[in-house]
Amino acid sequence: MAKQRVTLPIEGMSCASCAATVQEALGRAPGVAGASVNYATAKAAVEYDDAQTAVGRLAQAVRDAGYQCGQATVRFGVTDLHYAPSVAGLERELGQIVGVIRVTANQATETVTVTYVPGVVAAEQLEQAVRAAGFRTAEPIAAEDPVERERLARAREVRDLTGKFVLAACVAVVAMLGGMVLLAGDPRHDAVGRFDVLGRLLMPLAMRLRSGGGALANLASHPERVKLVLAVLTTPVLLWSGRQFFAGAWSGFRHRTADMNTLIAVGTGAAFLYSLAATLVPGVFARAGLPADVYYEAVAAIIALILLGRLLEAHAKGRTSAAIRRLAGLRPAVAHVLRGTVPQDIPVQAVEPRDLVVVKPGERVPADGLLTEGGSAVDESMLTGEPMPVVKTPGDEVIGGSLNTTGSFTFRATRVGKDTALGQIIRLVEDAQSSKAPIQGLADRVAGVFVPVVIAIAIAAFLAWYNIGPAPELLYATIALVTVLIIACPCALGLATPTAILVATGRAAEHGVLIRGGEALERLSKVRAVLLDKTGTITEGKPTVTHIVAARKPDGSAVATGEVLRWAASVEQRSEHPIAQAIVKAATDRMVLLLPVEKFAAMEGRGVRGTVDRRIVEVISARHARERSLELGSLSQDADRLSAQQRTPIVVVVNNTVHAIIAIADAVKPTARDAVAQLKALGLTVQMVSGDTRAAAGAVAKEVGITDVVAEVLPSQKVDLVKKAQRQGFPVAMVGDGINDAPALAQADVGMAIGTGTDVAMEASDVTLVRGDLRGVVTAVQVSRRTLRTIKQNLFWAFIYNLLGIPVAAGVLYPFFGVLLSPVLASAAMAWSSLSVVLNSLRLRRYTPSWAA
Amino acid sequence: MTAAQLVVNALGLAAIVWVVWYFLFSRRPATVARQTRGVQEIAITVKGGYSPDTILVQAGKPVRLLFYRDETADCSERVVFEHFSINARLPAFETTPIEFTPTEPGEYPFRCGMAMLKGLLVVEPAGAGRRTAASPHPAHG
Repeated sequence: MAKQRVTLPIEGMSCASCAATVQEALGRAPGVAGASVNYATAKAAVEYDDAQTAVGRLAQAVRDAGYQCGQATVRFGVTDLHYAPSVAGLERELGQIVGVIRVTANQATETVTVTYVPGVVAAEQLEQAVRAAGFRTAEPIAAEDPVERERLARAREVRDLTGKFVLAACVAVVAMLGGMVLLAGDPRHDAVGRFDVLGRLLMPLAMRLRSGGGALANLASHPERVKLVLAVLTTPVLLWSGRQFFAGAWSGFRHRTADMNTLIAVGTGAAFLYSLAATLVPGVFARAGLPADVYYEAVAAIIALILLGRLLEAHAKGRTSAAIRRLAGLRPAVAHVLRGTVPQDIPVQAVEPRDLVVVKPGERVPADGLLTEGGSAVDESMLTGEPMPVVKTPGDEVIGGSLNTTGSFTFRATRVGKDTALGQIIRLVEDAQSSKAPIQGLADRVAGVFVPVVIAIAIAAFLAWYNIGPAPELLYATIALVTVLIIACPCALGLATPTAILVATGRAAEHGVLIRGGEALERLSKVRAVLLDKTGTITEGKPTVTHIVAARKPDGSAVATGEVLRWAASVEQRSEHPIAQAIVKAATDRMVLLLPVEKFAAMEGRGVRGTVDRRIVEVISARHARERSLELGSLSQDADRLSAQQRTPIVVVVNNTVHAIIAIADAVKPTARDAVAQLKALGLTVQMVSGDTRAAAGAVAKEVGITDVVAEVLPSQKVDLVKKAQRQGFPVAMVGDGINDAPALAQADVGMAIGTGTDVAMEASDVTLVRGDLRGVVTAVQVSRRTLRTIKQNLFWAFIYNLLGIPVAAGVLYPFFGVLLSPVLASAAMAWSSLSVVLNSLRLRRYTPSWAA
Repeated sequence: MTAAQLVVNALGLAAIVWVVWYFLFSRRPATVARQTRGVQEIAITVKGGYSPDTILVQAGKPVRLLFYRDETADCSERVVFEHFSINARLPAFETTPIEFTPTEPGEYPFRCGMAMLKGLLVVEPAGAGRRTAASPHPAHG
């Protein structure tokens, strides 16, 4: 029927001759039109007739040759499969997808297992096939993409946590009521309620219960039955809802590490065992002179509150990485690739370099490449910051993730997936997000020994209450032990820096500023001086037309500048000179239509000439115009004035008459002046460094408002300038183009590279300004300062919380105020402390650069 | 002090000492890295800790540690080898190779980003016989 083309990952090839073996095996397989195996990429490109063979058989052919074809298996639930008369339709529908090797549907478990070739099948295709067969998937199908899988795993965790929390919360409420019943029936009620903050709060309720009478009051006369019921209710909370704490603690224990889980498991475990003993063998307690009190409500409430804290935290953390998801969302899921004659839709991960890809109106470009056919305007604002869509014609570069507007075009992919500019940005941001700032060092050292030390403190508190505490000693001692274990929170310490960096780097990336990591962020926040390179940083870095001064015609009217530009650009379109390119660009930017040129001639060092529209048009230097004694008139003064401003005056001569002067200069970026003002407002010293003459550098500096200029600097001397600035004792940032300025960027405390389009490599730089906008420096400094402030707040609260919470939980306030913290309140405080750190970091999401406000 | 009190106090103090020793100063027997084509390779599962967590390699030969992170818990997201300036991200459910060549024999602790999970790389002089490392030094001295 139809020719198909797939790329199979091959495993087990150890040399080029293996590749030849696989290629031969595939080539001999029935229905295969052609096969080519690449040893370097470990991939086989196979063309086959899908009427005669299928991917499964190709994989078999590879196996028969002694190698493995990369396979992945995915299992997913399908709703109502149980009631379907047959699963054959579903299996057939899924089996038809190119790349699927085997499908097994299980009616009993309502699950489908699909074995497929990775990179060829997308999760959406599977879902589509399930829908086509008349079923629905029970959950989104896990994609092979680890990021996606991680996201799904987290989503499952949240669902799981929710269920566990609901059970724990319900039992906690019932257990609290039960606890009140017990309290009401206890003749020592005032004695027990006195020391516990929560007990004091609940006391009025318990009193009302006792005076209210009724069924509950009846229950109160049988405390042992109530305790038994509570024990039965709390057991599943401990074993199911709290399972993860015990599992985590056990796994940590075997690795000789102790973490959050250890604290919670030991704390709740101790409270539960104490209560269970009091329930089952109250006689022993009575003989020891102990009240047989139970703490089931504490066990359930602690687990419920900590689970709630984790749920909220997971939710908040999901928001911290929203920036990455937004960036990743720029990549379309499916690409239309021309393999053979008809375009086929394949998952974007399967696009390969050299593939021809079709982009339709309104779609996003799936990879980086060169446009081969058609044309359109493409919105690249997310990468370059250029607000207007850029016109693309054959030969132009298109950037993956940019948005096609109205036209349709085909391009040849050059870089795909992780290698694309967008892929690099995402990877850089991901790396930065999971990095740490040195400021976290102390918190890390504390976290490393935190839990064992807390356990030791808890046992010490137990002994102190046991030895010198009031009667009943063992009860107080147990409460103190449990409360200390529960209130201690190493999580807040550990989360302080990473969450802030995660949010900040993501937010900065959304503003086109890529920060390498926590260390760069911390150094940046301390920077006091900024060195700016001139060419390419403050200026555009290439000559552009800044002025067009038209001559007067003999009748006194001015020559139309549009006409002059049309003639000049029409001649210059044949020249490769940077000045020529500037004139042509000025014409295309102004939508001036160029005319064909005849008899084109370049006059070495003087200019160019050609015939346009039956006129002899010359575009020459002012010096040459004077040499030829052409009549410049008032334009002569204009030429001198422009020269004085460090611009190059170019004379346009038509039929031997001077028509206009075009001024060419490396124009200052439109936002540069604003950026310099903002940097100064941040209290930074701004210095400009340039290899140009004093006059040229001075003119630019004046235009952007910089007074401190160092001109006529060789690239190698820029390093010395940075060193000199550093000798004043402040951290110094250097902003440059990342290639010529690389040594200076590396020498600076913070090197900032101005990005150029798709090249986002930032080997020498700590910060990359993707959009080439100097205001990115302002953004970077502001973000870093705010982040550091947030981190300091987080660390302060995390330390203070533990430094105050643990002694209070141990009971140091008891001798003075007679107060002992309830374990339930301790668990609420613990849950809140780590949540508050995450929420504080999330405030960074609201950051908007001052210049955009 | 009654006999019961004596027993409780003794047990409590012993528990404190044991907890501190067990979590902070004890160590597990080392696992010897496998030699494959001149590279010392070992697979390490990351789930609430590193399994195995004490690894024995020889100096001067490249080492490849294959970390498989079998959880999404944030704690284990990064692995840090300070002496080798390695601070790598371990994506969940993926195997991340960490490669370097230790030149000096010695003991190099590694840890997660928060220093709660710990492991130890023991580098023996090249050519030294296989023996189980039972050094008296604490794991992170």
